[in-house]
Amino acid sequence: MTHRNDRSLRVGALSRVEGEGAMHVRVRNGEVADVQLEIYEPPRFFEALLRGRSYLEPPDITARICGICPVAYQMSACQAIEDACEVSVDERIQALRRLLYCGEWIESHVLHIYLLHAPDFLGYQSAIEMAADHRDLVERGLALKKLGNDIMEVIGGRAIHPINVKVGGFFRAPAPAELRPLGERLLQARDAAIETVQWVAGFDFPDFHHDHEMLAMTTPGRYPIESGSLISTGGLAFPASAFEDHVVEEQVPHSTALHAHLVNRDHYLVGPAARYTLNSASLSPMAREVAHDAGLGEQERNPFRGIIVRAVEVVYAIDEALRLIDGYQPPAPAAIEVPPHAGVGYGITEAPRGVLYHRYELDAAGLVTSAKIVPPTSQNQASIEHDLTEFVSTRLSLPDDQLQWECEQAIRNYDPCISCSAHFLDFTVERS
Amino acid sequence: MPRPKLAVWKFTSCDGCQLTLLDCEDELLGLAGQVEIAHFLEASRAVSPGPYDISLVEGSVSTPDEAERIRHIREVSRTLVVIGACATSGGIQALRNFADVAEFRSIVYATPHHVRTLARSTPISAHVPVDFELRGCPIDKHQLLEVRTAFLVGREPNIPRHSVCFECKARGATCVMAADGIPCLGPVTQAGCGAICPAFRRGCFGCFGPVDSPADAAVNVAALADRLRAMGMSEDDIVRVFRTFNAAAPAFADATGGVR
Repeated sequence: MTHRNDRSLRVGALSRVEGEGAMHVRVRNGEVADVQLEIYEPPRFFEALLRGRSYLEPPDITARICGICPVAYQMSACQAIEDACEVSVDERIQALRRLLYCGEWIESHVLHIYLLHAPDFLGYQSAIEMAADHRDLVERGLALKKLGNDIMEVIGGRAIHPINVKVGGFFRAPAPAELRPLGERLLQARDAAIETVQWVAGFDFPDFHHDHEMLAMTTPGRYPIESGSLISTGGLAFPASAFEDHVVEEQVPHSTALHAHLVNRDHYLVGPAARYTLNSASLSPMAREVAHDAGLGEQERNPFRGIIVRAVEVVYAIDEALRLIDGYQPPAPAAIEVPPHAGVGYGITEAPRGVLYHRYELDAAGLVTSAKIVPPTSQNQASIEHDLTEFVSTRLSLPDDQLQWECEQAIRNYDPCISCSAHFLDFTVERS
Repeated sequence: MPRPKLAVWKFTSCDGCQLTLLDCEDELLGLAGQVEIAHFLEASRAVSPGPYDISLVEGSVSTPDEAERIRHIREVSRTLVVIGACATSGGIQALRNFADVAEFRSIVYATPHHVRTLARSTPISAHVPVDFELRGCPIDKHQLLEVRTAFLVGREPNIPRHSVCFECKARGATCVMAADGIPCLGPVTQAGCGAICPAFRRGCFGCFGPVDSPADAAVNVAALADRLRAMGMSEDDIVRVFRTFNAAAPAFADATGGVR
């Protein structure tokens, strides 16, 4: 089985990712000829079906792009539409949006750390199998995840596709007394989140580094979540309105997700490692301290160690949620008036998986005349393929089943959300 | 006695309904003891071959491959339960059923012919016999647990078929339509969510689809549309309010002039 000069490896249906994809590796004369991430998630044509809809509808409609990060879609959509209508929400609404978003970061990151990715490092097929040997660990993860979901339920009405978000703010602002019990639970959960960082920092990580340009938002004085502009490790700096001047998407035959790259540059990365590398100084003191103790430096360029960054961001999201609950003053009114207005608006926020861009063009009656959505996974897809080519090259001596598992793990490093990007994995290595 | 084998399948969807299973944080490990999770790609690499005792299917059928695949899954499943608005009515992606899919495709993709898709997004029941339909966009966790329990012990799931209004009253929420003049689809929408929206001073927007009584739904949808008109909603707004996550469910589709 091993040391064949030509082979083809195909993972038919990638597991522990959100959505459907496959991976195909072709090896010729002992060298990796081609790696393809085949995204066969059926297209749902959101950008087309939004045309002719009311400007008040995109937060609810685009939430349905992804059941794992609906708040990200709601927040980018609200921001873009408010921009088009030339209104800005006040600080209290902004703070409540950030708190809701912290809930989604906790839920999504903990789902990925405990249920999707940690089993790879410890050699289990699933978290449920892992629970047979490490029930206490899995229960710790489930309790953290539940807290993230409960934040979304209290503020958003439900955890998946929250109903309380609207253009201009919220339908109803929770009373301070509704948030207080969450604060008490967050304080207790902080220890579990710190233990999570220590736990994942002890995993064995392959020696692997990339040199991709990394793109993330930046927010004055805070770690970026729901507002800010964009910066990159290559010196780019631009606002949401210039996103399409810097990022182009193109269709590739093997994917229903469009591939993005930077204009006059190359493929690039968004997500936790990019956010951390560009913004680690803005983390809370405790998140910075646990990151340092876990061995994270100023940059993090080993994608396998992304699980540590994600765990650090959970600590941050808990600290931030505590700060926001502590200073919470219910917005009154819960939403500002947003009269329809002809124009174009842009929105960017940091979804758990990275930068999520929305653009809407509205007519004077407030109907959407065009929409564009660029999710994080389609931005990362070219870089993931690039990493896989490098990664597979150093591991060709492995038998197919072992190589397949390690490739799957390498893909899961990026927590790809395929339902978002199709707008993943069937694994094949073709050693032809 | 071997544990029943559970399989979870994804079709065209957002993953949110199968995520609901992983969101049962307090019950997940217990459930894993009651059933063998034989196929659940979002959660596990391990796959064991069919037949399966219970298959949960998320998503609609929107590609030629999916139309093939659901027939195979039906053949290897003793009980087939479909979960969520995509699987029970075609989902938000069924908005293509009211438009020209070729045009939709060319708006999103530069070389549309690479993208294989069907002209319509359809519920699972349009392709194979279905043993139970659980509504919602997304489904409700407690209803999912009830369906699991019912099938494990071999009884009918106790899932109400009345409207959201019943849940709203049971919850003690004030009627947003009567008190605040807020348009609400609660009178024609099937219960199950717990009347979340009215509790947040928002009108129901129909995530659980029309009440499961075709005759009642048709009459009440028409009456509600008249009421919305009287409240000042435009014809276009009325069409849009019924054309969301359950747009292609017959009672909602008929109210908006039917599919293309």
